[in-house]
Amino acid sequence: MEMLSGGEMIARALEDEGVEYIFGYPGGAVLHIYDALFKTSKIPHVLVRHEQAATHAADGYARATGKPGVVLVTSGPGATNAVTGIATAYMDSIPMVVLSGQVASHLIGEDAFQETDMVGISRPIVKHSFMVREPEEIPATIKKAFHIAASGRPGPVVIDIPKDATRPDAKFEYHYPDAVKIRSYAPAQRGHTGQIKKAARLLLSAKRPVIYAGGGVVQGEASGLLTELARELNYPVTNTLMGLGAYPGTDRQFLGMLGMHGLYEANMAMHHSDVILAVGARFDDRVTNTVSKFCPGAKIIHIDIDPTSISKTVNADIPIVGPVQSVLADLTEQVRQLRKKDTELPDPGALARWWQQIDEWRGDHGLWTGRRYGESDRIMPQQVIESLYRVTGGDAYITSDVGQHQMFAAQYYRFDQPRRWINSGGLGTMGFGLPAAMGAKLAFPDKEVACVTGEGSIQMNIQELSTCTQYKLPVKIINLRNNYLGMVKQWQDMQYEGRYAMSTYEDSLPDFTRLMEAYGHVGMQVTDLADLDTKMEEAFAMKDKLVFLDVFIDPMEHVYPMHVAPNGAMKDMWLSKNERT
Amino acid sequence: MRRIISILMENEPGALSRVVGLFSQRGYNIETLNVAPTDDATLSRLTLTTVGDDRIIEQITKQLNKLVDVVKVVDLTEGAHIERDMMLIKVRANGGAQRDEVKRTTDIFRGQIVDVGPNVYTIQLTGTGEKLDSFVAAMAEAEILEVVRSGIAGISRGEKVLRL
Ligand SMILES: Cc1ncc(C[n+]2csc(CCOP(=O)(O)OP(=O)(O)O)c2C)c(N)n1
Repeated sequence: MEMLSGGEMIARALEDEGVEYIFGYPGGAVLHIYDALFKTSKIPHVLVRHEQAATHAADGYARATGKPGVVLVTSGPGATNAVTGIATAYMDSIPMVVLSGQVASHLIGEDAFQETDMVGISRPIVKHSFMVREPEEIPATIKKAFHIAASGRPGPVVIDIPKDATRPDAKFEYHYPDAVKIRSYAPAQRGHTGQIKKAARLLLSAKRPVIYAGGGVVQGEASGLLTELARELNYPVTNTLMGLGAYPGTDRQFLGMLGMHGLYEANMAMHHSDVILAVGARFDDRVTNTVSKFCPGAKIIHIDIDPTSISKTVNADIPIVGPVQSVLADLTEQVRQLRKKDTELPDPGALARWWQQIDEWRGDHGLWTGRRYGESDRIMPQQVIESLYRVTGGDAYITSDVGQHQMFAAQYYRFDQPRRWINSGGLGTMGFGLPAAMGAKLAFPDKEVACVTGEGSIQMNIQELSTCTQYKLPVKIINLRNNYLGMVKQWQDMQYEGRYAMSTYEDSLPDFTRLMEAYGHVGMQVTDLADLDTKMEEAFAMKDKLVFLDVFIDPMEHVYPMHVAPNGAMKDMWLSKNERT
Repeated sequence: MRRIISILMENEPGALSRVVGLFSQRGYNIETLNVAPTDDATLSRLTLTTVGDDRIIEQITKQLNKLVDVVKVVDLTEGAHIERDMMLIKVRANGGAQRDEVKRTTDIFRGQIVDVGPNVYTIQLTGTGEKLDSFVAAMAEAEILEVVRSGIAGISRGEKVLRL
């Protein structure tokens, strides 16, 4: 058997695990590991410019591919810098393995240089964490970490590694286990058959059904099955912010996103439904609006891998715990059997009336068919997303930051495939977009990757422009330039009589074009609508260049619809500055 | 409603902090907490009491089950069970009358005086939380110097067991 040091075991175990990229940043506590990687590893390492970006890049890679992202950071500030990215991944259930260096074991607890209790700090934002005690544990610990991160409801796992466990002069027998068994960890493998049968009956008895699908469908690779079931039944589908792409965005049965900035027809259909099939979604407060007023007439079937997501905020009438893929397969089978016996299921008349109602809603206020957006002589943000959609043929990986631009992207880019829409939904982390785009681009170098952002967000991880230079990552950055922290301004317009407390910075923004040039990238400004498409095309035509498109939009535009809060129901929405339902 | 939740978990460093952290992080309260290794040294048994409506208790048990270190969770209050809290209480006992009174009350509650000093008695008492509360109330006349309780430990009645 081969004898390896702790550091070498880490390098080797990551290879044995099939890791494609490591995103990281070196420092004292991980230098043995870096040296081992340097000497032995074939895995490319991406040196970011801030550890937060390492976690977001690994996260973007994970969201684009479905495989765990891998991060390596040093102890103390390296580890704490990674915290925001770990929390981001945790909130959106993204598989990630974070290796953090720790001071040598004999120094732990002594407030040693760059010591921080990483296991403690990260505890509430990880799926699990490990502290390596003996170097011999390293291979099995890494195996367990990947297993936990990627199975069940995925999430980030931290492995904290004291420096002495990686020293080069102590060698150990290396064996990487093929599989692990953790007696206290057994995510559900199948849904309960009895519950699935009940669900099939309820689903087919519906007169006003809606399928409400979330990020779990994307993560659980169940988009195909979901689409099949929805098409077979001709039921309308709405996706959460995290679920966009789980059902084809251009399909007639797709109602668009639901929730706080959801589409009118999606929120109306939810509110008036009699049966909701919730799949891999968690009734988040940004979806439900006031829980006590949520969809008063609806019976709820809720499929989720995580039992804690079920009946947490909204009670499920038929809970089904299991992987969405296997449960949807079983449910479809049950539905088919019931329909063989009774071809009038579901009631065709009722369904036709329901579609007629939905089409009316669409015609009245639908973003794509009915009402458009405000008009001015400025470029409207929605037009930028529509242009992006046209120029990329709807086929790009779109990452975003957090704010109005994120909501416009979610509403107007119509995702036909899962994993194409990459955003921080749960934590809402500004600064996510650019590093996430780097991860997606590394995963799919031949695909277009664009980051839709705002001047506020992009500056939270703008240092990564340098990483893009180093690794030649020609992502496109589409800046919806409104010269405000736009989403904050929108709330201040709506709730604080337009007092813009700390949401402006117009005088101090950099000249982004020159900034891009300083990094060796290309910057372009768009101020006229007439130039929008041409400039957009020009940007994407520069295949091997990072291009930053600074699009000056109407700064006064708000994101609509917007749920009326507090005390509003799903159906209560602002449709424009002076119209509400 | 008060619930007694019993957990079998890996006897690993960090496991306890995950359980306790879960409660503070999600705003659940812990009234009592008792934890020690079991006959199988790789496992710890943790028993805690908490209050909450059915929805909260359901969330608590699900969230506990989700922790990777937790092997099994049971809500003992769902069935017949035995609960025991152990108290050591030190009271001032000066002069014959007071010493007699303390001793009598201790006997009534079936406690034991486990340490005697010229001016103090230390009493050991085991029972339900309620019984210990009543004892403390009954001692109101005496001067209580120190109270220490183990927190509730519990087990189901009959054949039902919490094991691997
Ligand atoms: C790290 C972080 N800090 C603060 C916020 C609160 N926040 C949400 S949206 C927003 C404004 C974003 O401005 P910008 O990136 O320019 O996008 P816009 O809304 O103008 O499109 C802020 C400050 C956040 N989501 N994340």
